[in-house]
Amino acid sequence: MASEDAESEDIRMNTPKDLLYTKSHEWVRMDGDAAYVGLTDFAQDALGDLVFVNLPEVGDAVEAGEVFADVESVKAVSDVYSPLTGEVEEINEELLDAPEKINEDPYGAWFVKVANISDKEELLSAEEYEKVCEEEA
Amino acid sequence: MKLIFEKSREGIGCSILPDCDVPVCSLSDGQKRQEAWKLPQIAEVDISRHYKELVKRVHGVNDGFYPLGSCTMKYNPQVNEEMAKLPGFTGIHPLQPADTVQGCLSVIKELETDLCEITGMDGMTMQPAAGAHGEFTGLLLIKAYLQAKGETKRTKIIVPDSAHGTNPASASMAGFDIVNIPSNEEGCVDLEALRAAVGEDTAGLMLTNPNTVGIFDKNILDITSIIHEAGGLCYYDGANLNAIMGIVRPGDMGFDVIHLNLHKTFSTPHGGGGPGAGAVGCKEFLKPFLPDDYVVETESGLAMVTPEQTIGRVKEFYGNFLVVVKALAYVKTLGKEGIPEASSNAVLNANYMRVCLKDTYDMAYEGICMHEFVMTLEKLHHDKDVSALDVAKMLLDNGIHPPTMYFPLIVHEALMVEPTETESKETLDHAVEVFKKIYATAMENPEILHQCPMTTPVGRLDEVRAARNPVLKYE
Repeated sequence: MASEDAESEDIRMNTPKDLLYTKSHEWVRMDGDAAYVGLTDFAQDALGDLVFVNLPEVGDAVEAGEVFADVESVKAVSDVYSPLTGEVEEINEELLDAPEKINEDPYGAWFVKVANISDKEELLSAEEYEKVCEEEA
Repeated sequence: MKLIFEKSREGIGCSILPDCDVPVCSLSDGQKRQEAWKLPQIAEVDISRHYKELVKRVHGVNDGFYPLGSCTMKYNPQVNEEMAKLPGFTGIHPLQPADTVQGCLSVIKELETDLCEITGMDGMTMQPAAGAHGEFTGLLLIKAYLQAKGETKRTKIIVPDSAHGTNPASASMAGFDIVNIPSNEEGCVDLEALRAAVGEDTAGLMLTNPNTVGIFDKNILDITSIIHEAGGLCYYDGANLNAIMGIVRPGDMGFDVIHLNLHKTFSTPHGGGGPGAGAVGCKEFLKPFLPDDYVVETESGLAMVTPEQTIGRVKEFYGNFLVVVKALAYVKTLGKEGIPEASSNAVLNANYMRVCLKDTYDMAYEGICMHEFVMTLEKLHHDKDVSALDVAKMLLDNGIHPPTMYFPLIVHEALMVEPTETESKETLDHAVEVFKKIYATAMENPEILHQCPMTTPVGRLDEVRAARNPVLKYE
């Protein structure tokens, strides 16, 4: 539902160049053979203040394109999709008690670290992802 | 306002509870509480004033317009309450022999017959206490049926992305996995996506029709046959039945199981603990699985029996029986002509408001709606930083309960308006005027909206803090 006449999109988007992205607004930071996954700035802004986050457990299998976590704002509960197929090596337990960190520092507040990666979603560059956001804004 | 615990004073009591007139039974030490209950100690007059003060601070259907989408906040006629107060209904005990409560059992049976006629079902239980409880019960029927057939690999329930959040939650509670399918541009089920989602693991589909954006899905017969051909069952969420009762029947659309919210569609009180009633209806082949106890006609009158393959009890005995009495009073008051007329007027009222507002607010979907319509305030939010929440808060200052907001999730900055049939043209006109006034304020002076509400007992609440750090008990 894009507003067609919106001139000079005022998105104030923060999309670090060194990360990869999904169309469903997750980011991926490669770290050797493993990767950190989180929610983008655009996503946290659209969701509003987050009040709860549900993470998988260490050792859980995640599948590219499938739900692996959910976040709750005062508006709604939203699913978070895994960009990767692999195994959860680590979870960011800090988020469970302080979901606001996702709002405050979306690229610092990683959800999980995925190892044994065997498959990937179609991942986007920062430029490509910004275009996706512009279309949605 | 003080909490009732803050009003408590040591040694103050009241005589609401009568003296004990039955033999006292003493408990063993292991069964006794270790410390006394922390109940407030307060005089009867102060209890009365406390609750009266609470009543003054809420907004109910009897206080003003309440267009809460997908909730059908219609007026609850007084005659329902009068019927529910009759001593023959209030003075019974659930363990009384069936031959002494034939009148009560006939209320349940008669409402079952009438609601089955309205919905195209063959049997119905009144036991579930609310809508989501009804969903859970209906899904247990589906599960028990599939298990009885040995179809244990059917573990997936398909739910469109516009569904009520309770649908996937109930399916998950019942032990199913959820498959979410996207809606098409008209807000209806995407047939291609549905065909791609069904398979040998499909247990069923959960759907409302009209759906949550207030649109009747014209492909409904295709939808239900895609599910049936794949070997699944179709579940109808009765949340939006108020648009179609007496006009088209879920049973004829191809649904096998349904739940009805008697507290929405059938005018029994809604909210504030109700209590509600989530009657569950089903086709003949599912009747053996209905909850224990089920009312049947026998040679010696009505009796409560255990269906052969019952899923068991989902609530005690008769369910919320007095709610059933109220719903029957409603159905009998309206009658065969009044039921479809109520639905027609609900649709007319929604369309009247939609047309009055469509040049001011953006509608999420074009065309004629059913009993409710959804506006999107995305542009207002973008241009003026006025959100659906801000508009909702300013409505409170005008004595109107806000519409459902931020739902369905597929519409951004959504306000979902369901006026119901019990509102007059004058009420609708007034609400339209208020909506337009709020829009004008948002254009000229958007800052004001961020400060609303200003006239309610409490101002803008910090919802984020309440959700992050809830304080749920005294001390």
